[in-house]
Amino acid sequence: MQALTNRLKLVNRKPMTFVEKLYLWNILKGMAITFRHIFKRKATINYPEQKRTFSPVFRGLQVLNRDEEGKERCTACGLCAVACPAEAITMEAAERSSNETHLYREEKFAARFEINMLRCIFCGLCEEACPKNAIYLSQTFAPSNYSRKGFIYKKDDLLIPHPKENPDAYAKALGERKKITN
Amino acid sequence: MYKETDILKESSVEGNLIINIGPQHPSTHGVLHLVVTLNGETIKKVEPHLGYIHRSIEKMCESLSYRQFIYVTSKMDYLSSHINNHGCAMCVEKGLQIEVPPRAQVIRVLMDELTRLSSHQLWWGAMAMDIGALTPFFHAFREREMITSIFEETCGTRLTMNYMVPGGVMADVNTNFQKSVKDFIIHFKNKINEYDELLTGNIIFQNRTKGVGFISKENAISFGCSGPTARGSGVSCDIRKLYPYEVYNQLDFDEILEPGGDCFARYLVRMKEMKQSISIIEQLIDNIPDGDFQAKTKAVLKLPKGEFYSSVESARGEFGVYIVSEGGTTPYRIKFRSPGFSNLSALDFMSREGKIGDLIAIMGSLDLVIPDIDR
Ligand code: SF4
Ligand code: SF4
Repeated sequence: MQALTNRLKLVNRKPMTFVEKLYLWNILKGMAITFRHIFKRKATINYPEQKRTFSPVFRGLQVLNRDEEGKERCTACGLCAVACPAEAITMEAAERSSNETHLYREEKFAARFEINMLRCIFCGLCEEACPKNAIYLSQTFAPSNYSRKGFIYKKDDLLIPHPKENPDAYAKALGERKKITN
Repeated sequence: MYKETDILKESSVEGNLIINIGPQHPSTHGVLHLVVTLNGETIKKVEPHLGYIHRSIEKMCESLSYRQFIYVTSKMDYLSSHINNHGCAMCVEKGLQIEVPPRAQVIRVLMDELTRLSSHQLWWGAMAMDIGALTPFFHAFREREMITSIFEETCGTRLTMNYMVPGGVMADVNTNFQKSVKDFIIHFKNKINEYDELLTGNIIFQNRTKGVGFISKENAISFGCSGPTARGSGVSCDIRKLYPYEVYNQLDFDEILEPGGDCFARYLVRMKEMKQSISIIEQLIDNIPDGDFQAKTKAVLKLPKGEFYSSVESARGEFGVYIVSEGGTTPYRIKFRSPGFSNLSALDFMSREGKIGDLIAIMGSLDLVIPDIDR
């Protein structure tokens, strides 16, 4: 290899004429293209007043799902936590007592369920792993908070609103992404 | 290796001045730190300092399963995340000897080429912006938006797609996919002429790039350059042609070579590559075969003991994945060959004895993505 020295290639340029040297023609040409676009349709939207619609497969923040009667689906099996490449999910299981059957679908439920939204890379593997269709990625995105701690979403933040008690909020949170399956 | 004494030695030379460009400088496209030794306006030496966005992805991958680690690699070269995922998925498939269904292969190639287009579009805008023309950036982003929308429709996200999995692709394409790609191609074919009109033929742009940052064919090879950077010096290095993967050997496209070796040659390579990508997409979009989009794979993947390497042509050059497996469910060691790193190593050579203003043009023409260099 040659030593690292000056090896700038000399280009044979024909000397520019006076008109070319002014660069005026080229500037005007560029400007003409730019100005043409002023009269075209705007490419931007006024976010956040206007929002674009998302595709049905959009991967936003996670939601813990309920079934039609409002029972929680999650059984705290931990498969989503194992599948998660970012190790964002932690949970604690608890056993359902006999007077809680209207709250949880199965014998076991998640007493504590946390997702660290700062760790999560929104890959969707948790949704794929879940055998109970209990977790899925919704169309909500761009969360904001005052502290890092606030981004550790607890079960209250994740759980979808109750379909009977608060049907509007439930429908909104459900989005188009997933229709309930049993 | 950088030592403090080096800087002292350099600066003790009469007339030398050392300035830092970056890590927070808009023209370095991220957190690249350049220590530039100047003599007047002439560059004597450029030292890139890395590590500002080092996330130790390679080490992280060692603790992740063969399904999971692919998802982390989207964060390396975020402008061509499909292609990163593709390379990793291919390497795992090689180890497991999985045959990818034809439908998945075609979808993968389509996604790769769309990624290449979107990456080159962004580069086009960014390079023009580096040189001082702000408007092209907005033009480029307007068209790039269409591609990201196509990605969102099918893959669910706009930047880090995580769409390629071992054995195929994660989900079937959206029913709207073919239509939106065709719409985009029709739209973009006009636009690329406008790109040419706006920038390629512009004499100011040509004066800023012609003869700047020259690197000869031999040197491009010895620095390990790949992708458009090397092809701009006339080195034939397109993995798609040399070691065809998926359906590339059945396609009709050219490898673009420009002998110039300067910034303008690299610019032309990328512009022409965009047209080639369009032609590839046109050949494939109506011919997506029916069938599965994913091969049947086991729930837990275990690579046999051994070493596996596969490489793909990313938008910046050869992206290689090297996996050492001990037979377990996680890789023993993983190494990524990122194109940006080798291309960056030639930056010092290209810019020596040039002017400080040219450094920015050279950096623009290399199309650096810092998270890809640092990993
Ligand atoms: S969300 Fe699904 S996978 Fe995760 S613990 Fe609950 S039931 Fe199991
Ligand atoms: S989306 Fe991915 S990273 Fe986020 S919690 Fe689910 S598995 Fe983990």
